[in-house]
Amino acid sequence: MATLFFIMLIGAALIWAGVVGLLFYAARKRRTYSEQVAGKVILWGGALFPAVVLAALLSYAVWLMPNVRPWFGTDDPGLRRIEVTGEQFWWRVRYLDQDGAALFETANEIRLPVGERVTFSLTTADVIHSFWIPVLGGKMDMIPGRTNRLSLLAEKPGTYRGVCAEFCGTSHTMMAFTVEAMDPPAYDAWLATRQSTGGQDAEGHALFMKNGCSACHTIAGTDAHGVIGPDLTAFGTRGSVGAGSLGNTADNIARFIREPAKVKPGALMPHYAMLPVAETDRIAGYLKGLQ
Amino acid sequence: MTVELPEFSAEERAAQEERLRKVWATPGGWRYWTSVNNSEIGLWYGVTAFTFMLFAGLLGLLMRAQLATPNNDLISPELYNQAFTLHGTVMMFLFAVPIFEAVAIFLLPSMLGARELPFPRLSAFGFWSFLLGGVFVCGSIFFNAAPNAGWFMYPPLATDKDYSGIGADIWLLGLSFIEVASIAAAVEIIVGIMKCRAPGMRINMMPMFAWYLLIVAGMILFAFPPLIAGDILFEMERMFGWPFFDASKGGDPLLWQHLFWIFGHPEVYIIFLPAIALMAMIVPTFSQRPIVGYSWIVLAAVGTGFLSFGLWVHHMFTTGLPQISLAFFSAASEAVAIPTGVQIFVFIATMLAGRVIFSVPMLFGAGGLAIFTIGGLTGVMVALVPFDWQAHDTYFVVAHLHYVLIGGMFFPIVAGIYYYFPFVTGKRLSDAWGKIAFWLMFVGFNTAFFPMHFAGLRGMPRRVYTYPEDFGWDWFNLVSTVGAFIFAAGVATFVVDIFWPKPKRLERNLNPWNSGTLEWTNDPSEDWGMRSVPIITSRYPLWEQKNLQADIEAGRYYLPDAKSGRRETLVTSVLDAEPIQCLRVGGVSYVTIIAAMALGGVFIALTFHWWIATLVCAVMTLAAVIYWLWTGTAQIPEHREEDVGLGLKLPIYVSGPASVGWWAMFITMVGDGTAFASLMFGYFFYWTIHSDFVTAAGPGLFWPMVAMGLYLFAWALTIAARALNEKGPTGCRIALVAAILVTLAASCAGLAGPYVYGLDPTQHVYPAIVWIAAIWTVVHGAVGAIMQLYCLARSLTGRMTGEYDQDIRNVTLYWHFMAFTAIVTFAVIGLFPMVAS
Repeated sequence: MATLFFIMLIGAALIWAGVVGLLFYAARKRRTYSEQVAGKVILWGGALFPAVVLAALLSYAVWLMPNVRPWFGTDDPGLRRIEVTGEQFWWRVRYLDQDGAALFETANEIRLPVGERVTFSLTTADVIHSFWIPVLGGKMDMIPGRTNRLSLLAEKPGTYRGVCAEFCGTSHTMMAFTVEAMDPPAYDAWLATRQSTGGQDAEGHALFMKNGCSACHTIAGTDAHGVIGPDLTAFGTRGSVGAGSLGNTADNIARFIREPAKVKPGALMPHYAMLPVAETDRIAGYLKGLQ
Repeated sequence: MTVELPEFSAEERAAQEERLRKVWATPGGWRYWTSVNNSEIGLWYGVTAFTFMLFAGLLGLLMRAQLATPNNDLISPELYNQAFTLHGTVMMFLFAVPIFEAVAIFLLPSMLGARELPFPRLSAFGFWSFLLGGVFVCGSIFFNAAPNAGWFMYPPLATDKDYSGIGADIWLLGLSFIEVASIAAAVEIIVGIMKCRAPGMRINMMPMFAWYLLIVAGMILFAFPPLIAGDILFEMERMFGWPFFDASKGGDPLLWQHLFWIFGHPEVYIIFLPAIALMAMIVPTFSQRPIVGYSWIVLAAVGTGFLSFGLWVHHMFTTGLPQISLAFFSAASEAVAIPTGVQIFVFIATMLAGRVIFSVPMLFGAGGLAIFTIGGLTGVMVALVPFDWQAHDTYFVVAHLHYVLIGGMFFPIVAGIYYYFPFVTGKRLSDAWGKIAFWLMFVGFNTAFFPMHFAGLRGMPRRVYTYPEDFGWDWFNLVSTVGAFIFAAGVATFVVDIFWPKPKRLERNLNPWNSGTLEWTNDPSEDWGMRSVPIITSRYPLWEQKNLQADIEAGRYYLPDAKSGRRETLVTSVLDAEPIQCLRVGGVSYVTIIAAMALGGVFIALTFHWWIATLVCAVMTLAAVIYWLWTGTAQIPEHREEDVGLGLKLPIYVSGPASVGWWAMFITMVGDGTAFASLMFGYFFYWTIHSDFVTAAGPGLFWPMVAMGLYLFAWALTIAARALNEKGPTGCRIALVAAILVTLAASCAGLAGPYVYGLDPTQHVYPAIVWIAAIWTVVHGAVGAIMQLYCLARSLTGRMTGEYDQDIRNVTLYWHFMAFTAIVTFAVIGLFPMVAS
């Protein structure tokens, strides 16, 4: 991909300089050329040269397509599989086992094993979104009624950012996620221990339940089983609050709980500004503490 | 053709000019607005489109101001989303396409040597529709009700009423209304170019501009109808819940994407080709020689037009379509670069073979070319699938499309305005101001848009109202914003130049640039266009035909006089431009404004679901159009032939394929047929996506077959009426009465199938598409019945006779298309379910 781009960049710069140089010369020259010569300029410069260059470029790009994005063998058993559903304006993420059954669900964060191809099944719950991790590869749309597949390979460990690339409503801008590429052993360990219990903060958890948060949110290992909003299990380890809207600090969590639509216009979560500040702070602290 | 040119005395000439002046006069006072002269309509059209451009430009500045710094909160996300939707929509639909309709309406008659285009009132109707629709769409943002789902309006976001409110209806209905105006202009342009050229101007002698506009108008005819069909499906879903794009009921949001981009990609070339056409007029003038490679450039333009219909999927490379089809569309997208390259090199070759005079129009032309070339090269990049997966929906594409459109369209149009300003006003624009405007625009544009390539490559997506800091996007955006304001300053300088007070006296020379084409013989202070219509024997008559200008001005060619007291223009044959008719064209009239306002009322009332107002306006529209046709078309003349000068007598009334009306009907029905084909495409698209699509209960076999048979019978009766009309009125009238009754019966039978079988269009997409196909055909049948009734009335009042039979011939032509529509519709909804299951 990078090679393709640099070939095109250098080629484009040379062609542009050639065309504009010729134009400049044609405007400033003192002599006039015969129609035969001018006709040859059209034939060679306008038709044959671009035809040859484009044919070569196209062949290279078509050859590259299945390498960049394998479209066969994406269903092979043994491949790591993750199902991502776009929702206004966040990402529901399910890790699947070899048989395609969900191991567990999380949101707005994806972990990947370095050096292994992962097949993503991409769907949407509402409008069209587009799943894009710029550092790992091109985008793929999430379209109602369809399941698109995308195979990605993380080559080195690190934390990347993914975004929604198709305009999806008021807070399209605020629909991001974090990608954590991990060494395979660490990844497997994380997969195994992910089904952890809830936090230690019994009072925070009680407030979470009392104010109805569990109607929409799940925290694995507790009695919060809501499925409408993002899963909040191990929320403290996430890279951000509100699908990339804010950094993950207790203050930001509290801010989000109090006025989600201020942070993220069009967010579907109701606001909780009517709760005492102490309560929202306590819930925020509880969520931040979920590891 | 060698003919003896007559010589008129000074008194005779003065008397001729007096009569011409009277016939072609533009009315004064407030009646000025009832004018239909191409020079008035063209000017209004152009000024209106340019004003919409300035408005959309301000929206662009607003967006750039918001994006100047990260996490900025200058404007709300709601306003930002409306602003970018309206910016794209207005620039595409209210500026880029209409400005060329304006230029074409203004220039074409003079270039072709015609007094007028064949349907001046249709141009006026188109203009008023455009103005009304445009104000309606633009005005919505002041009520916080503008469309906000992007100019591409993808469902299900745009079908979600909670999100898009009334904005989406304003987009769909307002723009459908404007598309009607565009198609009207396309009909006018095609018929004008094919039938109204000066005698002797064979098709291979047409000015480049006419070639390009012929191609572009043809493209409009095939590109806009799919969008209109899409708009109909979309509105049916929004208003009545017919689930065309609702995946939970068998619909598919991708159908909209296909229909939209089958329109949307040719649209780019519909915008770009006329700009190249202007350059193809300017470059030879300032090289002081004919264009090199006339046939090269014509073939390249035709090739671009064809290829542009095979590229639409490159807007959908990330939708998950099979890679094999992506590769095909990628190849087609690369291929279109070749004819584009040929056109650019034709200009360079012409300059090489000539002596170039550098001037402000050439400066804008060359600057535009330098910008456009970058856009073309990045276009080659994004047409490659693997690169597009990365660049799609990022600022890289924002940069690409602005390089293409501003370099390929905006700079050439400014060049064209500098070039043609003396033609319009008799005065030149300032060279000094022009150079300042150019450098501000050129530097401002590149400062604004070049950094967007980098922002895009660094992952900045499109259509975001803000962005976080520290992603390396901050500086790029700030520089872009500064550049945008410099660019705006350049545009403002240009506007000031236009309005800056000019010296009172006109240029002494009608042809200040020493151009070779016919339009420069026109005197801008007169309304009659050509003083007399010359015989053309070369591509650059002013360079190659001796004494032409003086002979034209002395009235030594055709139509030097207006003795009949009517507006007249010559109609010639399609290929060789042999004179065949002295056409009387429509004059000043209110009916065009009333028809446009009434039709506008239909669309506006529909937006707000005022059903009764919709109905009232629809009836008014119908009445206005019938009045217009009744009083303005196919008038039986007081004598058969008119002396057009040079000893030539031409018939005033012709019918069938010789007449412009027949061609207008044919062309309109081709566009209509394209919309119908798009609906049928929808039917089969659903079937290919869902194999169980037609297993639900259908409209049965009986009623569709009855409807098909009755429509074919009505068609046969219409043909019979036309044939009988030549023998006498009685048989024709009986056949027409029978045809009307059979048409009505056919329409009932057409709806009976889906009705009797109780198909509920809100339940599933299958009944919905069956209903829409049946309704489409029945509505066309109803229009056909009105036409039969019209012919009957014309016959009864003696306005249609065996000799003067334009009406029935055009109606018969309509019915040929109607019969085809009926066969396809009822075969598909009646028979296809049997084949499929």
